[in-house]
Amino acid sequence: MAGVIDCDIHNAPRSEAALLEYMPAQWRERRAGGGRLDTGVEVRRETLGDRSYLGGEYPRATPRAARTDAWPPSGDPPASDLPFMREQLLDRFGIDYGVLTPMLGAGEQLDLERGAALASAINDWQVAEWLEPEPRLRASINIAYEDGELSAREIHRMATDPRFVQILMLIRTAEPLGRRKYWTIYEAAVEHDLPVGIHYGGWGRGPITGVGYGSFYIEDTVAMASAFADQLTSLVCEGVFERFPGLRVVLIEGGIAWLAPLMWRLDRAWKLLRAEAPALTRLPSELIREHVWLTTQPIDEPPRAADFAALLEQMAMSGHILFATDYPHWDFDAPDRALPRSVTGELRDAIMCGNARRLYGLEHGGPAPRA
Amino acid sequence: MRSVVVARADEIAPGERKIVQIGGRSIGVFNVAGEYFALRNRCPHQGGPLCQGLTFASLRSGAPGEYQRGANGEVIRCPWHGWEFEIRTGRSWFDPERTRVRGYRARVQVEPPGDAQTYPARCEQGYVVVELDR
Repeated sequence: MAGVIDCDIHNAPRSEAALLEYMPAQWRERRAGGGRLDTGVEVRRETLGDRSYLGGEYPRATPRAARTDAWPPSGDPPASDLPFMREQLLDRFGIDYGVLTPMLGAGEQLDLERGAALASAINDWQVAEWLEPEPRLRASINIAYEDGELSAREIHRMATDPRFVQILMLIRTAEPLGRRKYWTIYEAAVEHDLPVGIHYGGWGRGPITGVGYGSFYIEDTVAMASAFADQLTSLVCEGVFERFPGLRVVLIEGGIAWLAPLMWRLDRAWKLLRAEAPALTRLPSELIREHVWLTTQPIDEPPRAADFAALLEQMAMSGHILFATDYPHWDFDAPDRALPRSVTGELRDAIMCGNARRLYGLEHGGPAPRA
Repeated sequence: MRSVVVARADEIAPGERKIVQIGGRSIGVFNVAGEYFALRNRCPHQGGPLCQGLTFASLRSGAPGEYQRGANGEVIRCPWHGWEFEIRTGRSWFDPERTRVRGYRARVQVEPPGDAQTYPARCEQGYVVVELDR
């Protein structure tokens, strides 16, 4: 095998206090005064659905949505212990590079200033506790994405460190992602030539599916694919890819099977309705194939293995599919087992590492040994 | 056929398990309500360490409002994706005919067999033996 690049690793702080150290003094004081730094790492949210602060209160698949064997011997939360992560993930599967995608709620804060302070703390914590000690890791710039200006400021601050290889948002946002309020994020991304990674999850401040709240976690997790389809539709129809020709979007943990039929529908609709959306001047499928990347996890598992190959053929985006494990979450994909055996040779290598290497500008075979 | 002593019978309490290495294979040995069963510690789905998973009782229902609860520790759930298997048979809960994990015969015998050097102390309850076909 040519190598493995894991495009979705969820590192976490050992505790809320461990992240608080990276917050500016004024925010630490407010916390001490009883204000809550809602990072999503406290016990309260371990098994409750955290898609919202209004409902969505069902138990998730497992505590912290983690593999039950991912709790380190120290008893700290899953993916908070770098040596254990090395043992269980990086070393065990021979991973050349891993891209960190901490999901700690910065973008979901209602107080946008607090969200921005939390995003900065998360980014500084990633540098000090993950990137410095482990050269195989790369990171994503956390932003308080409901505020374009604050987000752009944080992107400019962190983009000078080449170990930050993308910007991170979540898929359920307050408004469709093609809207003007998010454009400054895309502008900053293009300025620094950084892809915008949009990850599974989040709370858009409204019902978590297009038809309201479901009763179960299984509905939440399966319906996430439709959030990806809706957001991509917005990005395309608002002409975002034409306004920002250098924009690269990575859809993380949304699966891939839904995309080909969406492209067919969008193309057909565009031919009929294009006058309504003048910013969209090209076939949606062309724009998607140029500007969009997708990660594999949770891998789609059609009952007939041959259907997986058919799926890739229909998408015609083999250069844009990126392998990811989603460690330490319960729906983790193992690098040696996730792709069907029918995916071989150059195609397998491209998905497992080559595509990510090109997208994120990484070295062949992992980082050079330190001098 | 090869018989391997994996534990003293009093070592694995009902509902408990012991994971052993036999010739490069990781195998989980379970005590389900006093009976012993052994399963390959590798989930047929993506290769997760199945035998490290949580165990629980099965719950079957014939009609609304009626249910039968099985013995504690009868079903195991893979720590990765939560695929569930019946420990007695190795059959998966969602597709028992086609999706199974490899099982091995396990039994208790009173006399330690010849190769039980690591168990010098005689155990009144006997020894748990796993039988492998090679």
